[in-house]
Amino acid sequence: MTWQLTPRLPAQPDFLWAEAEPKASYDVIIVGAGGHGLATAYYLAKNHGITNVAVLERGWLAGGNMARNTTIIRSNYLWDESAGIYEHALKLWEGLEADLDCEVAFSQRGVLNLAHSLGDVREGRRRVNANQLNGVDAEWLTPEDVQKIAPILNISTDVRYPVLGATFQPRAGIAKHDWVAWGYARAAHAMGVDLIQGCEVTGVLREGDRVVGVDTVSGPIRAGRVALAAAGHSSVITASLGLRLPLQSFPLQALVSELLEQVLDTVVMSNAVHVYVSQAHKGELVMGAGIDGYVGYGQRGSFPVIEHQMAAAIELFPIFARAHVLRTWGGIVDVSPDASPIVGLTPFEGLYVNCGWGTGGFKATPGIGWVFADTIANDRPHPLAQPFALARFADGALIDEHGAAAVAH
Amino acid sequence: MRITVDGVQLAARPGDTLASALLRAGRRVLSQGIYTGRPRGLVSAGVEESNVFVQVLSGSGEPMVRATEIEAYDGLRVRTLAGKGLLPDEPDEARYDKTFAHTDVLVVGGGPAGLMAALAAGESGARVLLIDDQPRLGGRLLASRAIVDGLAVHDWVSSMRDRLQALPEVTVTSRTAVVGYYDHNYLVAVERRTDHLGSAAPATMARHRLWNIRAGQVVLATGAHERSIAFADNDRPGIMLAHSATAYAWRYGCRPGRRAVVFGAHDGALAAAVELADAGVEVAAVLDVRDVVGADFAAALARRGISVQTGATVSGTLADDDGVLRAVLTSAGETVAADLLAVSGGWNPAVELFSQSGGRTFWSEAAAGFVPDTAAQPTHCAGVLTGAVSLARVLSEGAGAGAEAARAAGLDVTEPATPSVEGELREEAAPAAYFCVDSAAEETVFVDLQRDATLHDIRRAVGAGLTSVEHIKRYTTIGTAADQGRGSGVLAVGVLAQLSGRSMAEIGTTTYRPPYTPISFALLAGRDRGRLADPERVTAIHDWHVEHGAVFEDVGQWKRPWFFPRPAESMDEAVRRECAAARTGVAMMDASTLGTIELQGADVGLLLDRLYTNVFSSLKIGSVRYGVMCGPDGMVIDDGTTARLAEDRWLMSTTTGNAAKILEWLEEWLQTEWPDLDVRCTSVTDQWSTVVLVGPRSRDTLEELAPELDCSVEGFPFMTVRQAAVAGIPARIMRVSFSGELAYEITVASWYALAVWEAVFAAGEITPYGTETMHVLRAEKGYPIVGQDTDGTVTPQDLGMGWIVSKKKPDFVGKRSFARADTSRSDRRQLVGVVPVDGRSRVAEGAQLVSHGAVLTQPPVAMHGHVTSSYHSVALGTPFALALLDAGASRHGEVLDAVDDGHATAVQVVSPVPYDPDGVRRDG
Repeated sequence: MTWQLTPRLPAQPDFLWAEAEPKASYDVIIVGAGGHGLATAYYLAKNHGITNVAVLERGWLAGGNMARNTTIIRSNYLWDESAGIYEHALKLWEGLEADLDCEVAFSQRGVLNLAHSLGDVREGRRRVNANQLNGVDAEWLTPEDVQKIAPILNISTDVRYPVLGATFQPRAGIAKHDWVAWGYARAAHAMGVDLIQGCEVTGVLREGDRVVGVDTVSGPIRAGRVALAAAGHSSVITASLGLRLPLQSFPLQALVSELLEQVLDTVVMSNAVHVYVSQAHKGELVMGAGIDGYVGYGQRGSFPVIEHQMAAAIELFPIFARAHVLRTWGGIVDVSPDASPIVGLTPFEGLYVNCGWGTGGFKATPGIGWVFADTIANDRPHPLAQPFALARFADGALIDEHGAAAVAH
Repeated sequence: MRITVDGVQLAARPGDTLASALLRAGRRVLSQGIYTGRPRGLVSAGVEESNVFVQVLSGSGEPMVRATEIEAYDGLRVRTLAGKGLLPDEPDEARYDKTFAHTDVLVVGGGPAGLMAALAAGESGARVLLIDDQPRLGGRLLASRAIVDGLAVHDWVSSMRDRLQALPEVTVTSRTAVVGYYDHNYLVAVERRTDHLGSAAPATMARHRLWNIRAGQVVLATGAHERSIAFADNDRPGIMLAHSATAYAWRYGCRPGRRAVVFGAHDGALAAAVELADAGVEVAAVLDVRDVVGADFAAALARRGISVQTGATVSGTLADDDGVLRAVLTSAGETVAADLLAVSGGWNPAVELFSQSGGRTFWSEAAAGFVPDTAAQPTHCAGVLTGAVSLARVLSEGAGAGAEAARAAGLDVTEPATPSVEGELREEAAPAAYFCVDSAAEETVFVDLQRDATLHDIRRAVGAGLTSVEHIKRYTTIGTAADQGRGSGVLAVGVLAQLSGRSMAEIGTTTYRPPYTPISFALLAGRDRGRLADPERVTAIHDWHVEHGAVFEDVGQWKRPWFFPRPAESMDEAVRRECAAARTGVAMMDASTLGTIELQGADVGLLLDRLYTNVFSSLKIGSVRYGVMCGPDGMVIDDGTTARLAEDRWLMSTTTGNAAKILEWLEEWLQTEWPDLDVRCTSVTDQWSTVVLVGPRSRDTLEELAPELDCSVEGFPFMTVRQAAVAGIPARIMRVSFSGELAYEITVASWYALAVWEAVFAAGEITPYGTETMHVLRAEKGYPIVGQDTDGTVTPQDLGMGWIVSKKKPDFVGKRSFARADTSRSDRRQLVGVVPVDGRSRVAEGAQLVSHGAVLTQPPVAMHGHVTSSYHSVALGTPFALALLDAGASRHGEVLDAVDDGHATAVQVVSPVPYDPDGVRRDG
């Protein structure tokens, strides 16, 4: 018997970052060393020359949603505001490996969003048209075109919900989430940013309406500015200031199969039947499930959600029937009332928030890091962040992607 | 039995696994490293296997399974793999089932502890479910020669099985692996029912069955997995876990080697050496990393002429031309010829399920393993899982845990006597926490065989600055292969501890995630496949529609007739004919799919006042009112009519797709915010069926069918409801209209639906129509469809329905939002009509509206709105569309471009109500 050798993935750098002890004070403290926090620290240092920065992490670096998402990257959002921030991110993704001098395995293999009803078709075409007019690459595909891109997809008409077409964004794709986080961490650390793990923030230090630092399990740390990038836990932190963020946190599950020979060369998403799948670089199928119905911070979801999802997955991909779930896990998605993020200033001077990314945070990582850093450095919203201000829940200028043609994730 | 491996036939015996058959046949090289290509062979006899995975070609097929977990059967065909599985192309025809069990006590594991626990709990009268993943009960006893209660272990296990079977409330299930432990003692198990039967499998039996178990109390008796030790060239075929080697010898009757070196860090390794020697394997050397070993064990080996080298390790191995082990290099500088190197670094208690349940583990120096700490759920741990080693203690712990669980389940318990044990060596010296023999050749010191990850990789990760075990795992990929890290997880922690000088407790383990062993996608789907993938809902009249050639549309879970083409008729032609019939004669539609919710109680009017934007409490009995419902943000979420049938009895209709959501919406408000209201909500969508009769001649038809009913304009005014017999069948008739024409909705109990439909159809030349015509008719009247002309960003005012938003009501859901700066803008995106300037082109639904003449090739191009619905209007004789447009209400007459797929069509903005704007046709 002769077996085939599999080529190794590129090696990660020999050195990433060194643990730091917290100093008494910083110019900027970023709460949360997920992708967003790390990217923000990187762009603060790189674009604004602000390097006296600490990123505080309750657990291990990038161990929250950054380690738990399904790594899909795309920018084919409906509304101008969303397309703006996600397309900015996608452009940064396209230069990220060169920028960070580090492999992140960004693979532009395209993303299909399937349509299963006349309503899906209508909304899909609407989104493609909006994308094209916004300069975001997008195509509408017939079922036959879809099958050329994903031959294992069942496009026959005798299934429960036949594929009636799909949107396709060729520049979309996937990356390796850990490598992205480490790439940012490494580059930020190299410019002098302190990365501090196991340092939970327990409260906010304030003088009047001005925020001057944070309380942590390792004691108080003062800061000129405090930026929250702690997803659903941001509201726990702001609660100590009496500031209620309009966020609900839900478990969202994902899973991987065993390593398999290549069967799928693109990313396929079907919002109608709650399936999104890609085949990761190592060969495992990576799939996401629907959001659990109940709120909570527990990083575990309900088993029936996975059962339901698999029924849909096999309908679309009959070849998956005998694949196996090797590992399941849950992340916590923080969802705002209009399912769009909350980014910008707060009623407290020196306090900035970035949260509410729901299921869409990973793909935004470079874009939001850039924009949030700019917002913090200049103490005013970056133009791309402006529409996502907290104030929109008071004035009603919502950016509702889930009610519209939105697809999750 | 004959089996075929990589096209070569081999013999197998009943009771064999694929692995034992391969070993007996002398097949050593059975895989290779995924990246290194180094030859690999079996390292274990069970679930610890991390080298030999195969694709199963016979039976239902499997992409990637451990060779140690496949029961051999005549005709088994497999292909060996090297790190990646292959999905079979053929459709999976097997059946997968699900079953549900509720039990007082669930015992996981049918080894000695589990058997005693099940007996203790079962004898108390508790309902007990004992689940074991092996074909035979007994666990590690099956490879043991101990004497229990005076019986050989096989006989003792049989006697236990008989005693359990005699208890009526005890169920024993073998070949079933508990794979998930969720909150509230909800556990999931996978039963393999036919895989071992080969072609003898009954076609009627599901291949696998998924157990959903809700247990009052859980006893975990999951045992332990043997841990290896890493050293240079530790991946050669012939290097095997010590107790797997003895299992091959004593359980499967195949000799794992002729000449063995045993290398270990605890007395269990020495016990394995005794077993190997007694099985006829020449034990050439026994190396123990400890300075002090158990005296009983050393003595037992001495009696067999074998000495133990203490403080000794393996420094490397040599291979023959095939890459198979031929000699072991020792720390004493010796080269010992051997074809088997049996390694045992200790036991890793199988804490996976305990950990999944939320329980925390701690590093026990005494057991040299991570063992369960405090349970997070009603969980009781017993046996080897807790770090127990001696069989006597395992048995007594099992009985104790079973008794404790039954007691906690509320039963009186008499704990059974613990059986006596003879012939077991006693554990005397403490185990060593030893994981890795350091070596300059660190790239050959394998920590994860499936991932080809080595000491070198861990050293690099540490050098990169990483300290968290989660980071090390991700950097090295250790633990992410098909063996789920079973062979590498704790080993990697140990190697990290040795490298960094940190303690095992400080480093801890990575999180154990479900499932314990892989679950196939097909099993998770169960019977929910094909047409059952999602329930298909059809109306009571569905068969008639099929017989009359309807083309269907999926609306939510419903199959709705889309249009009724006559032979050789196109969709457009059919829709034009259907529309014409409704506008000029009489037509009929099946509207049974609209959600219907019956509301009863004294406060229904109050509830509706709070949830709809307009007033309902003033509605008179016998009247009907249209309402729009908004979310807290003021955006439209549903619409429909509600009739008041009696003082405290109302009937609400919802859009077809939203029925369940709106019922949930009502219940959420009632249960969380207004529990004081006297309202009960019941979904009655399926109980009632509705035939819509539309058109100027519909009154004539109804008069004919319901002679007792006064159908005059005065006698049966618009927006009222009547009870009358229609075609002799008790019916509720409402005068409402979604087309602008005179129309009646005739509602009957669903079992009469077909009879009424046929009677109506037979009453004259009545044209049945589907959803497309319904859409055209309503669009001509500017009636929006929620979810098509709205998208969660549209207020009633945006739809031109400011009139339906009450100014008088003190409050209703959404009211506050209408006062917000953005929501109250007068230039919001609003519903308009658009018609092609050329009078011919039908614009695409989803087309974006841009300034006329905008250059499309230079993005971004400002978008002013989009086309939501587009049809050919029979009434107007031209195409007509609805659109949402910025400040649309004030832009009638303006020309814009509708852009679809880069193609622009000039359109003029018009009123969204092009047909009968004064509503004169409503009364016929």
